This record gives sequence, structure tokens and C-alpha cells, in this order.
Amino acid sequence: MAYVAPSPRFLPWLTRKPRPKVVAEGDKRVQFSSPVLPYLFLAPQLAVIFIFFYWPSVQAVSSSFYIEDPFGFGSTFVGMSNYTDVLTSAQYRGIALFTVVFTALVTLFSLSIGLLLAVKADAVIRGSSAYKTMLISVYAIAAPVAALIGMMFFDQHIGPFVEVASWFGWDMRVGLSYFDTAFAMIVVAVWKQVPYNFIFFLSGLQSVPVSVREAAAIDCKSGFRRFWTVTLPLLAPTAFFLLIINVTYSLFDTFGIIDVMVKDKAANNPITLVYKVYEDGFRGNDLGSSSAQSVILMIVVFVLTIFQFRFVERRIHYT
Amino acid sequence: MQKNKLSDHLVLILGSLFLMVPVVVAFMTSTHAAADIHSNGLSLTWGGNFVETYEKVLTREGGFTGQVTGSRMVMNSFILGIGFALGKIVLSMLAAYAIVYFRMRFATLAFWVIFTTLLLPLEVRIMPSYQVMSELGLLNTYTGLIVPLLASATGTFYFRQFFKSVPDELLEAARIDGAGPIKFFIDVLVPLSRTMIAAIFIIMFVYGWNQYLWPMLMTTDERFFTLMRGIKQILQVWIGSQIPDYNEAFALAVLAMLPPVLIVVIFQSWFIKGLTESDK
Repeated sequence: MAYVAPSPRFLPWLTRKPRPKVVAEGDKRVQFSSPVLPYLFLAPQLAVIFIFFYWPSVQAVSSSFYIEDPFGFGSTFVGMSNYTDVLTSAQYRGIALFTVVFTALVTLFSLSIGLLLAVKADAVIRGSSAYKTMLISVYAIAAPVAALIGMMFFDQHIGPFVEVASWFGWDMRVGLSYFDTAFAMIVVAVWKQVPYNFIFFLSGLQSVPVSVREAAAIDCKSGFRRFWTVTLPLLAPTAFFLLIINVTYSLFDTFGIIDVMVKDKAANNPITLVYKVYEDGFRGNDLGSSSAQSVILMIVVFVLTIFQFRFVERRIHYT
Repeated sequence: MQKNKLSDHLVLILGSLFLMVPVVVAFMTSTHAAADIHSNGLSLTWGGNFVETYEKVLTREGGFTGQVTGSRMVMNSFILGIGFALGKIVLSMLAAYAIVYFRMRFATLAFWVIFTTLLLPLEVRIMPSYQVMSELGLLNTYTGLIVPLLASATGTFYFRQFFKSVPDELLEAARIDGAGPIKFFIDVLVPLSRTMIAAIFIIMFVYGWNQYLWPMLMTTDERFFTLMRGIKQILQVWIGSQIPDYNEAFALAVLAMLPPVLIVVIFQSWFIKGLTESDK
């Protein structure tokens, strides 16, 4: 349940402790009973949810079966053709492929850098709180701001990265070359996500009981092997939780990064599926196709959720 | 062992540099004059143009936008952040109170209705959301900016979790003393939740402050631009060979990231706690 309308990162417990059957009542031994009050208390929240969540969601599904007249004169029912158009389009498949590669790389790098830093921060004593502060300080910087700063580092005129790349004979042209733009996007997306993974890995490491650490230290001299055979398995629940979070981050929360990196005009630059929904909807005014893509993404989110509940939470259970 | 420790520090220092240097460079570069940045590139040293640049960004109209000043954008960002955080707290506290403390029919249904909102990020339903907003006539209003973002369950779950950890004895005692649901809520539960409310406030404030996509769609009128929307504006003038004033672009970025960075550094332990221990 990690991927969340707003940022998923504030909902860790949902993923950590899924409740097989949701107990919404009877949590308290004593409860008030009143015919009106609870509904009154629920009303504002439910009203907002119905107007701004269910209504648009239902509209997304329904308009995915229609083709809207570009001049706003009504719409025609076309069945599944928006879906077949989208799924058979080579361009869409290309974007889907890029999204998969992008997600895999961002997840891989931000998880491994986060883990490495957490392990080291857990190991040192001197200065550990200073390191911690520095490592998490950039955690809450918004994606577009991170991307804007990234753009400056990759800028043709003033970017130090472009200069460094040129030492190695790499003529880096972010915004013009597909590969270079993708590279810059991944760097910024990883930069933004490392602190988050760091926080979780560190807290996971620190919750490993001292007795376990000591026993491992006695039994096994090699620090590396100890990490591999004892610490990492104990971190598995955290790691899997983070895996899902990072995947959803790469899919959805990177929107701001992509929008800034392509400078508002995607042209030939790499984009992800979410960006395509936006582009077709707002730029192309192709409501039907945009909605069909929305629904496809909804299904992706849904499958991820199921995967998380069924697979991750059941199989990996060390704690 | 000694060697190991040294390498540990080395990794941590490299990691810290990787994360911190871009932020420091952004700030330092913003204090240089535009021409200076053009010829010398990014900078790690103080440029001495701090007052001029920031005064210009904050008080002059124009630059990247037609008529809105930086301070107006700062104000709008604060309105969005604070309005969102307050709205979230009020809505979700009330809803969580109803779900946890009342025996009622449809409790499970209400729970699921709220719960489902976690499944679909705003990004996948932007187009229809935009249409709903324009049908309601809420484009270019603060209401339109803030209220739709409240349609998610995050806060409700925070409070639900917290209320469940409040000892039952408190309610029993309050009832023996004759307190009704409203009195119990105001006199017992709200004071008890103070830290929780504060923690959620800062988390939600940062979340509201950082909104990018939604303000971008909702506001075409510059009077409602937030800082994030201003960043979008930088991009729209940054086409091909037309290069923006780097110092002003950096200054805007610094303004946009200052509150989130300060909040995370100052309330570090709250943040970490809120993130990692909320499953207790």
C-alpha cells in the first residue's frame, strides 16, 4: 500500500504491517455510540474524497472508452480502441521500456548507495550524528528543485559534469542526446532518493539486537561475510519494503524531475509513462488516450500492491 | 581495524559530499553576478552579490514571470503548505476519531472508502481531476490549490494508528466522569495528540510546499504562483540558446528548498521517528 496519492514515504506502517482483515471497528473496548456524530465527523473527509478522488477516477475509467472531439463537440464511444491504440503503438512501448530501465537503475543505485552509507554510519562512532544530519538534510527537497540544480550541473555552458565528461571524450549534451538526458535524469533521481533509503536502512540496522551482533562477531571474523550472512537477512524486510517504495518513487514521484530535465518540452528526450499521460492529456488534448494510459497505470499500481501483500509480506518474515 | 575505520569515514565523507555539495554550490552560485557565472561556471565560494540578487528576485516583478514577485510566490507557497497541513489535520483527526471511537454501521465501508485513496497517486488521475476542477470553477483559486490535495488517507491513518495506542482506561475514566464524545475529544484526545499534531503538521507542510504538478495545472494566473510553479516558469524561458539568468534561477531554487532543508535538519528526530516508527 505504499504508493499513495501523496508521497508514499509517510506511510511505512501500512506496508510493514498489513492487516489481513481490516479491523475498523471494535478496536476499543469502550466506544461511544451516537446516531449522528460519527457521520458528522466523517463527512468532511468523505466529501473531499468523493469529489476529488472518486469522481475523477471514475471519469478516467469512463473517458478511456471514448474519443473526445478536439473542439469539444461531444464524444464518441469507441470501446477498447484507445487501449489497443496505446498498447500497439511503438512509441508507447518505447516509453514503457525506458520506464522499466529507468525504474530498475534508479532503484538499484539508490538502494545500494543508501545501504552502503547506512552500514558505514552504523559502524562509526565518532561524528556519526554529524554524518547523519548531512546525509538526510537534502531528504525533503522537492523533485523539480533537485532537477533544476541538476540541470545546472549538466548545463552546456556552466555545468562541471559536462566538463568532466569532456576530459574522457564524452561530448555530453543533456536535452539533446537521448542517452545523456537519461543519464542525467537517473543521477538526479538517485541523488534525491538516497537519503530516504539511508534513513530506513539505518533504523533497520540499529534495531538489530546487540546480542545478535555480538554472537555474530564471535562466530564470524570476516566483517564482510558477517554482513552477508547475518545483517543482510535481518534487513530483508526493510529492503523489500524499500524496494516497493523505490519502484513507485521512480514511476510516479519523478514526474517533477523529468519535467524539469526536458525543460518542459519532451521532444526526443526520454520520458516515463506518467509523463506521457500528462503530455497526451494536456499537450495533445487526447483525453481518451490519456485516460486509457491512466487506467493502465492504475492496473500497474494495483498489481504492485497485490504483489506486496501476497509475496513480500508473507515470504519474508524474519522479525 | 584502524584501516577499516578510516575507509568507513572515507565512504561517509564521499556520501555526504555527493548529497551536500549540489545544495551548497546552488547557494554559493546564487550569490554571484550573472555575468560572473557565465564566464566562470558554478562556484563554491561566496560571491558577494547576495543582497542584490535576492532583493531582485524577491521584490522585482518580471524576470522569469510577467508580474509576480518572488515574495508573492513565497507567500503562496506558505499558504499552500500551511493551508494543506491544517486542513489535513482537521479532516483526518475527525475522521480517525469517528472510526476508532464510535460504534457505528458502515464503519468498515468508511474505512475502505478512505483506504482506497492510497491506491491511486494523483499523477495517474491528473487529467480528469483537472476537468472536475474546471467544472467546479476552482481553477486559479486557493481552494482549488489546497482542497483536492486533501483527498487522501495519509493523515487519517496516522491518527487512526495513534488513537489506537491511546489507553482505553482514559476513555473509561472520562465516561465515568460524565464526559461526552465532544468533550472527550477536545479535553483529552487533542491535548494528548499535541506532539503527533506537530509532527504531522511539519510533514504535511513540507509535502504541500513541495507540490509541483498540481499547482502547475491549477494556476495560470500568476497571482497564485507558488515557488514550484515559478521553477516551471524558469524552464519556459530556457529554450535553446536563450539562457536564463543563472543567479536568479539559483536564488529561486534556494528559496524553494530552504524551508524543507531547515525543517528536516531542525526536526530531524521527529522526521526519522515519524517515518520509521509509525508502525508501532
